[in-house]
Amino acid sequence: MVVDELSDESVDRLFHALADATRRSILRRCVRGELSVSRLAEDYPMSFAAVQKHVAVLERAGLVTKQRRGREQLVRTDAEAIARARQVLDELEATWRGRVDRMARLLAQDPEPDDKTPKEG
Amino acid sequence: MSVTRVDKDLDNLTLTLIADFTAPVDRVWQLWADPRQLERWWGPPTYPATVEQYDLTPGGEVTYFMTGPEGDKHHGWWRVASVNPPTSLEFLDGFAHEDGKPNDEMPTTTMRVRLTEHDGGTRMELRSVFDSREQMERMAEMGMVEGLRQAVGQMDAQLDA
Repeated sequence: MVVDELSDESVDRLFHALADATRRSILRRCVRGELSVSRLAEDYPMSFAAVQKHVAVLERAGLVTKQRRGREQLVRTDAEAIARARQVLDELEATWRGRVDRMARLLAQDPEPDDKTPKEG
Repeated sequence: MSVTRVDKDLDNLTLTLIADFTAPVDRVWQLWADPRQLERWWGPPTYPATVEQYDLTPGGEVTYFMTGPEGDKHHGWWRVASVNPPTSLEFLDGFAHEDGKPNDEMPTTTMRVRLTEHDGGTRMELRSVFDSREQMERMAEMGMVEGLRQAVGQMDAQLDA
């Protein structure tokens, strides 16, 4: 999936795919790409067909791929799409951790009004 | 550690961060409400911020630039949505062109800050939401460049030391 070619339509599909708890659970479980649709279906309180449908939604959104192995179809999460969202949030977290540390350091420079010792940030 | 909790919601592109300080709420609020203090923590040491315009009222704007190690300037702005001193602040956080005008091509995030009294000090709760997935993806591309630049900047600093 090429990032800068994401159309509105594919963004919609991505959001729709991620908006369901079962599908998010499937994504988490298929990172190693070792589970088949029928194996997955055993773990959810729904029919094989329903699980198959969820996998299809994820596949259309570019979040999973299916690979044939023997008679089975193995589902694998496309780590790249997930990784991009995670990466951006990780960077945002790092930015804010840096800011909070600097805030704490500034606050630690304040003269103490009473005998409380300043906690290091 | 000041940061006591971080939550990342990949589905809603939201970062929530909780930090605890020993200083009182009024004092922590000053870090946001005084542009001279804001300058001392907003940008990393390698990219210190200079606040140009500062109007912390609803509808008001804050504009600033960060100066990189090469003298490169990176402009940004806030558009204030709501402000209730000394406990809450909400603003749109975006990038700007060199003339300070908002760069609509770049991602914006909605920032919410809440300060509450906690254990004799202050609990600061931040929530940052990317306004669109597409913008977030663009940020990812930029982030890689920025991350590299920061890493290089840090190496330079170490070499100089």
